[in-house]
Amino acid sequence: MTVSSAARTQVGLTAIAAARWRWPEVVFWLLAASTILLFPNRYLILTEIAWLALFAMSLDLILGYAGILSLGHAAFFGFGGYAAGLLALHHIVDEPVLALVVAGLAAMLLGFVTSFLVMRGSDLTRLMVTLGIALLLRELANRFSNITGGSDGLQGIEMQPILGLFSFDLYGKVGFIYCLVVLFILVLLARRIVHSPFGLSLRAIRNNPLRASAIGIPVNRRLVAIYTIAAFFAGVAGALSTQTTALASLDGFAFDRSADLMLVLIIGGTGYLYGGLIGAVIFKLLQELFSTITPQYWQFWIGAVLVVIVLIGRERMQRWVMFVPRLIAAKLSRGKTPAALPEGDTP
Amino acid sequence: MTAIALETKNLEKAFGGLRVTRDLSLQIRAGARHALIGPNGAGKTTVINLLTGVLKPNSGSIMLEGRDITNLPVHQRVLRGLSRTFQINQLYPDMTPLETVGLAVSEHLGHGRDWWRRMGTRSEINDEIAENLARFGLLDVMNERTATLPYGKQRLLALAVAIATKPRVLLLDEPAAGVPESERHDILAAVEGLPRDVTVLLIEHDMDLVFSFADRISVLVAGGLLVEGPPDEVARDPRVKAVYLGEGADA
Repeated sequence: MTVSSAARTQVGLTAIAAARWRWPEVVFWLLAASTILLFPNRYLILTEIAWLALFAMSLDLILGYAGILSLGHAAFFGFGGYAAGLLALHHIVDEPVLALVVAGLAAMLLGFVTSFLVMRGSDLTRLMVTLGIALLLRELANRFSNITGGSDGLQGIEMQPILGLFSFDLYGKVGFIYCLVVLFILVLLARRIVHSPFGLSLRAIRNNPLRASAIGIPVNRRLVAIYTIAAFFAGVAGALSTQTTALASLDGFAFDRSADLMLVLIIGGTGYLYGGLIGAVIFKLLQELFSTITPQYWQFWIGAVLVVIVLIGRERMQRWVMFVPRLIAAKLSRGKTPAALPEGDTP
Repeated sequence: MTAIALETKNLEKAFGGLRVTRDLSLQIRAGARHALIGPNGAGKTTVINLLTGVLKPNSGSIMLEGRDITNLPVHQRVLRGLSRTFQINQLYPDMTPLETVGLAVSEHLGHGRDWWRRMGTRSEINDEIAENLARFGLLDVMNERTATLPYGKQRLLALAVAIATKPRVLLLDEPAAGVPESERHDILAAVEGLPRDVTVLLIEHDMDLVFSFADRISVLVAGGLLVEGPPDEVARDPRVKAVYLGEGADA
């Protein structure tokens, strides 16, 4: 059967269109960049938001795209953090960007090795296995205090200038710009991944693994691959946190950190890459707000917000928030289909 | 003698003490339109699951074009040329036909692990997707969510995906089940129009479809082979009549 070349071209264009930039994405990055100028006194929290966003996106890659539940994602964050700390402390790799990559690769290796444990079993087993791995690593870091500094953490890290050009300053401006640039580059990479045939096959696996294997997808191999990639992202996030605070501590592995990450994704949504980013912004702002109002009980309010989110439903809230921007977009592109915020599936 | 596309030798499967497949030896000739029929509970679904690799047999072997595939995992059987459609619609509700077929084509062409290039940037994949969608009349709905498609279109998509894996042998699991009368014709036409070089094993309740489509029929009863032969012979066979009359109420 012959098909017109128009149809072939149409298929290609339609497929590519799924990966094109949408205006909310552009707005998001413009806003992110503008914070450099708008909030010169808030670089520390902005920096935290940036690496938390990266960390959350990493979990989104395995949870939102591949459907792997994890309560121990901090394992890779902590590992990357310590790796970056040790590299700088012992002057093994002094240049921060190179150290960042090396730390990410170290976490990636850990991800690859542990992925085979995670492949076994169902969701509940995975929760327990991932949780167990993070706890194990934390205790190992505690035990080998001659290397890790134990409960005091790695101290006395001195960061060299980025690329030999930009020194980390006291106000954290360079640190924040550094984190933001790394975040942006890794989002670009993640976009590539999720819009590739590989990324598409992950969505198929999350949806129905049996069906996926029935169309020729090697399910386990794909899951190992994305788990390994996500570990790299998480490792880089951990390394960023170490490099910008000049500290690596056992907190990096803490259960709280993995659990917070779940909250971030519940707030932001999964399966469209920006859930982790938006979630990180909202989570940190809420945390900041509540801890100013009630320094001791801020977690109560975070809990309350969570309950409200789950009860109202994120999609409904998204509709409320996006009502005005969408109205404007519809007016601007009259006649054309209004651009839509890429919405994820509810987890 | 013509080549055998798919063969089972003394296949056995038991769940606990229940033997659901008994000493089953089937031979499906290359290019055949073979039907596997049997009353409810005869073990047809188990046979499909054994053939596709979802279940492992207790004993016996399965040969695809002369090569033993008994111990291969599901996806490798697909890549070797043994595909299936699903009985219940198990398509991806949130994906478009373009994406669903694109998945199968990407895997088949060996680009499934390609994580760097975006979908739609390889012309060989695009061409195959376009050809496949055109064959099944899905070009106009290629960018709609599967969940929003009419049931008949979804059935066609299930066929399209199976064909997109370029099977040598295709297992059709009740392709017309639950399709409204108005859309039946499209399905039947698509089934009739499957490429002749693809060997088809049809598992079906609908006797009209079986007798209009199949050139050979195997009747499965209680997990074992009762009768095998050309349609007219099978139709006349008193044992087959007895089996079907016996459970005629729910046929």
